[in-house]
Amino acid sequence: MDKRILRPTPLNIVALLLVIFGLILAFIRYTQGLGAVTNLTDEFPWGFWIAFDVMCGVALAAGGFIIAGTVHIFNLKRYKPLIRPAILTAFLGYALVIVGVLLDLGRPWFVYHVLILPQFHSVMLEVGLCVFFYFLVLFLEFLPMWFQGIKNHAAYKALHALTIPLAIIGIMLSVLHQSSLGALLTLTKEQLSPLWYSPNLPFNFLLSAVMVGFAMVIFESQWSSKTYGRAIENDILKSLAKGCAIVAAIYFIWRMIDISMNGGWASMSPGFVSTWFWIEIIVGAIIPIILLIGPGQSNPTARGLGAFLVIFGVVLNRLNATLTGMIDQMGGMYFPTWQEIFISIAVVCAGILVFQAIVQTLPIFDEEVKEAEAAMA
Amino acid sequence: MSTYAMLNDLTKCIGCRACQVACKEWNDLEYHRTYFTNTRDNPPKLEAATYNRLEYNYLPDTDPALPQRWYYRRHMCLHCEDPACVAACPVEAFVKTEEGAVVYDEWKCIGCRYCMLACPFTIPKYEWKSWNPAVTKCTFCFDRIGAGEEPACSKVCLTDAVIFGNREDIIADAHARIAAAPDRYQDTVYGEKAVGGTAVMFLSTKDITLDDFGFRTDLGEASYPSYSWASLSKVPYVAVIVAALMSVIYFITHRRMPGAEKK
Ligand code: SF4
Ligand code: SF4
Repeated sequence: MDKRILRPTPLNIVALLLVIFGLILAFIRYTQGLGAVTNLTDEFPWGFWIAFDVMCGVALAAGGFIIAGTVHIFNLKRYKPLIRPAILTAFLGYALVIVGVLLDLGRPWFVYHVLILPQFHSVMLEVGLCVFFYFLVLFLEFLPMWFQGIKNHAAYKALHALTIPLAIIGIMLSVLHQSSLGALLTLTKEQLSPLWYSPNLPFNFLLSAVMVGFAMVIFESQWSSKTYGRAIENDILKSLAKGCAIVAAIYFIWRMIDISMNGGWASMSPGFVSTWFWIEIIVGAIIPIILLIGPGQSNPTARGLGAFLVIFGVVLNRLNATLTGMIDQMGGMYFPTWQEIFISIAVVCAGILVFQAIVQTLPIFDEEVKEAEAAMA
Repeated sequence: MSTYAMLNDLTKCIGCRACQVACKEWNDLEYHRTYFTNTRDNPPKLEAATYNRLEYNYLPDTDPALPQRWYYRRHMCLHCEDPACVAACPVEAFVKTEEGAVVYDEWKCIGCRYCMLACPFTIPKYEWKSWNPAVTKCTFCFDRIGAGEEPACSKVCLTDAVIFGNREDIIADAHARIAAAPDRYQDTVYGEKAVGGTAVMFLSTKDITLDDFGFRTDLGEASYPSYSWASLSKVPYVAVIVAALMSVIYFITHRRMPGAEKK
């Protein structure tokens, strides 16, 4: 097998160029202020970086705690081959979220103040501490892979012993973090359309994170088995698809009830905002539920598409709840500048490149893990 | 020490903008080049270098015999008694002082801008052009108050449209003004109760409803921080319950079944 750290495929080269370009834009942002590269204004102080890099990034990293819980807590051993890729994705996902946060904060050099000057009545503090501590947990969950890769067996064993406590703390922090992102927006009652606003936003965010956690694991497994030629048993993916479909169905029904309770239907008028709402619901929920609930579960194409649409739906949900849904009430239109979008793309590209490099060098996939474990025994 | 408050009597304001100028002067804020727009408001909006701004409202003539009627609403931080910005900030950059001012410390701020989203009156503004930006808003001239002075705006007001004093005295004065001319004033002191009470209060005219004048009458009397506290106060319980539940499930699923000892 090709053991170069990064294969110089055309896509990787484009990704690398984008990362370099992103660094140049980031330099402008740090020297000339947020106003120089973003369309943020006093009327619209939160934009694409919060909505995409942070809100979506955290949701899409949910696969980590879902699989950790399934394997370590519920003891469903057959999902074990999925655990390392899922932890790695979550770890890198959170790293990207942190990069996004540091880009968006006006004074990122003071970010450590959340540790030394905490104000415990702030939802933002909860969000900040959860990012920090869960990232730490994910780092500790990732480290054994590293130690195994460099054949430091003593360190590997020491950290390996912490697996269960880390999994439990990780699940706890994830539950708090996913829901706290919803809680951040509960303050925006006056600004956010009732199609998304709800006093139950923390729960809605948590439920959709569980759903997208399953979808991410399915999508990623299918993608990496294509790219790296490592097949995951169809059976396992089928059960995951089933889990995803069940959570998605519950989420869909709950959203409908929730919107009725908040008078969302009555407020709805045809237009920009409601169009995006329907795309989110139909393309991002109804169609994937149909794809995943029946025979589509065992068909790789249908399953992959279903998982992709669930991911699309949750990304759209976060963008809508943070941006689209606010446009009517904020009295100001916001659309990200090309720089905001490019920097976000560059951040994602960096993540993909690092993911590949790690997969190439450390034992992440099943056969390599078994080999490495055999070598240690 | 009793907390201070300020009353804006909009029926007495003549729109001279002395308070706007005094504010810029005292706080040493940058001036803008002004220009004509289709309103008389200038500067056009509150922003990083404008803490205080008059909004000009012209009432359409219903009766040509009456003189033209203009009303001016002052736009500024209301220095809430239980402020949303203070509760929103993760790092105590905003505090409510014992004098009643809500003040900001840029050396604590991390720049998350949650305060801007949280404020029910959309008051905090941001220095978008700076590499090391700060949030800005009216300071209640806490530096003057601390020295026993009143804020710059109330000091310069020619017509007593803006007065400053102890909160109880100010509220009593406001109600006395209403009682003395009930056909002139709206029968509310805006800010006495809204969002749990504010230090900056308003008396408005009968000629125009509070809503039409741009006052948020839909905000209720509960303080904003009480909403987020409802979910935040549950956090420790959620944490403990989730962790305990996961541990219990772990022990159940990993229990050795009798007769299934060996792997
Ligand atoms: S008006 Fe807004 S900025 Fe001023 S104290 Fe109240 S919440 Fe804070
Ligand atoms: S922008 Fe600064 S003052 Fe406002 S909430 Fe964030 S840290 Fe606090």
